[in-house]
Amino acid sequence: MATMTLAKALNAGLRKAMEDDDKVVIMGEDVGALGGVFRITDGLQKDFGDARVIDTPLAESGIVGTAVGLAMRGYRPVVEIQFDGFVYPAYDQIVCQVAKIHYRSRGKVRIPMVIRIPFGGGIGAVEHHSESPEAQFVHTPGLKVVACSHPADAYAMIQQAVHADDPVVFLEPKRLYHSTKAEVDESAPAAPLWQSRVVRPGSDATLVAYGPTVSTCLDAATVAAEEGRSLEVIDLRTLSPLDLVPVIESVRRTGRLVVVHEAHVTLGVGAEIAARVTETCFHSLEAPVLRVGGFDTPYPPARIEEAFLPDLDRILDAVDRTFGF
Amino acid sequence: MTDPVFGPALEQAPEPELVQLLTPEGERVHHPGFDLDFTADELRGFYRDMTLVRRLDVEATALQRHGELGLWAQLLGQEAAQIGAGRALAPQDYVFPTYREHGVAWCRGVDPVRLLALFRGVDQGDWDPAEHNFGLYTIVIGAQTLHATGYAMGVQRDGLVGTGDPDRDTAVVAHFGDGASSQGDVNEAFVFAASFNAPVVFFCQNNQWAISEPFERQSRIPLYRRSQGFGFPGVRVDGNDVLATYAVTKAALQRARDGQGPILIEAYTYRMGAHTTTDDPTRYRLSDDVEHWKLKDPIARLEVYLRRNGMADDAFLAEVAAEADALGERMRRECHALPDPSTHDLWDLVHAEKTPELAAQQAEYDAHAASFEEVH
Repeated sequence: MATMTLAKALNAGLRKAMEDDDKVVIMGEDVGALGGVFRITDGLQKDFGDARVIDTPLAESGIVGTAVGLAMRGYRPVVEIQFDGFVYPAYDQIVCQVAKIHYRSRGKVRIPMVIRIPFGGGIGAVEHHSESPEAQFVHTPGLKVVACSHPADAYAMIQQAVHADDPVVFLEPKRLYHSTKAEVDESAPAAPLWQSRVVRPGSDATLVAYGPTVSTCLDAATVAAEEGRSLEVIDLRTLSPLDLVPVIESVRRTGRLVVVHEAHVTLGVGAEIAARVTETCFHSLEAPVLRVGGFDTPYPPARIEEAFLPDLDRILDAVDRTFGF
Repeated sequence: MTDPVFGPALEQAPEPELVQLLTPEGERVHHPGFDLDFTADELRGFYRDMTLVRRLDVEATALQRHGELGLWAQLLGQEAAQIGAGRALAPQDYVFPTYREHGVAWCRGVDPVRLLALFRGVDQGDWDPAEHNFGLYTIVIGAQTLHATGYAMGVQRDGLVGTGDPDRDTAVVAHFGDGASSQGDVNEAFVFAASFNAPVVFFCQNNQWAISEPFERQSRIPLYRRSQGFGFPGVRVDGNDVLATYAVTKAALQRARDGQGPILIEAYTYRMGAHTTTDDPTRYRLSDDVEHWKLKDPIARLEVYLRRNGMADDAFLAEVAAEADALGERMRRECHALPDPSTHDLWDLVHAEKTPELAAQQAEYDAHAASFEEVH
């Protein structure tokens, strides 16, 4: 048992994955001597060498495209995209190659690749450094997409993603990297990767979140409890496949659902959840499923990002509205 | 064109020397860097390969015209470039093709019927890349050059470069065309291959046309010179000369296997047919050009050379022609017999580990399909 930040937990998880399988290689910009701009790969090149922790030229399509070739040769590349907004040069390789090669080859070629993307805002950054592109990957058949939110979970999740035989887009809430520490039990049995879970039980309404908004929802639930309202909070963890079993079970009890993410609300993951919950438990709903998310605007300059990001008040306001129907 | 301060806009080099070992007239010439001796058997083998691959191409084009294929990408005119590049490979080498590498596929033992299946819409390439060391056809222009580079980086990590063991040292070939040379992925592949000294041979068939766009729209300099800007050598070979293509590719592969890094080969050739069966080249190019290139036909020049030197007689040529007829007949027959895929493939092949969501969609579709069966 050790106390770790999210960044340290991911680092420890990657180290363990590299120890367990010598076919695991890390690739990306500045992942070597620097240890990545967020230090997620800190010390790995020193310990595993530059053949396994590869500082690449600054070309994202090149990084992902060469990782495809390494995967075809039997390696398990873990690719770091430095920031969410820099993934787009690799978008073609991810969507047309990484996601489709298994299907194209009728399962004869597997691409066991992890594409790590620090995502989300709240760090006062310049443009392209605060985005939430997950819906674009959830919308792409052939990819799996997960988002971690907590050190204890992240340590196991990154290892499970590396061991998976399918390509996984692994989203990391960058503003939580160094913010809080938590106990990480490295010997604890890991929860299944493709399952969401209740992180705070409640009975009056359900909040669903993933990545950076999980902690915001937990804060909202704490405040709501002081006001006498019991909110259940679910951390989705996996966005593709989307595991709504705990969500549906919860909504059948609470009758009210608010989905919270930083991504733009229109055609975001929340829209899909609203549709599926409506299809599955229409008669249990006491109110329409509401979404709290980033507005349908480009991510704003840092001085006004707090207005863009879902915060405690907007979440509680949405909860209130579900009681107004 | 020379700026008084910045110097020349284009490198003022003479027209590039084309590596050639067999002239269009069928005359054997020699080259100081790339000369090889060929046995009569090898030369007859090249003739047979090129003739059969041309027949494969003609047959597939006809099958498309008969509505049996949705599309076909013709290789007519590029037989020498592909057979030369394909026959130069060692068994352990690995090839990343575009969608036009039917001749290289032939050399790697991929059954032509498997190519038909792709263009018929039965599958998206159902040969086993690991069995043939020949990747699946890649339709996004240039994307596979990065895969080749990454694969070559894997070969390096496997310690299979520069060991001196000819059965183990491995090179990778990235095929692409003149159009793809403008793509970012190809340029990034050059950067990565150079940076990591990867054992990859970039083999560009410059067939002069990217659908309707002439080569001049892609590049202001001869293509093979591009590599110099990336820090590795380039060479232009007569892509209609199977001997020269073979010799140059063989040397480049050996160089890569030895650990001397990437190389760019520009196989200078001409797309005698259309881009694909949906294309109409009469809208954008002159028939004079095509007539001019007919005189450089790769098969005719080798036939002249073989006959003139007593290495092929009528009996041999008739034997190859009969073999081509048999291949054509088999392709027609087996194309018609290709079974449609199961709709279950839709969901079964997406992931290594199927998701519950896809299993649910599959069950829903099955129930929907079954409801029709009950009615009928």
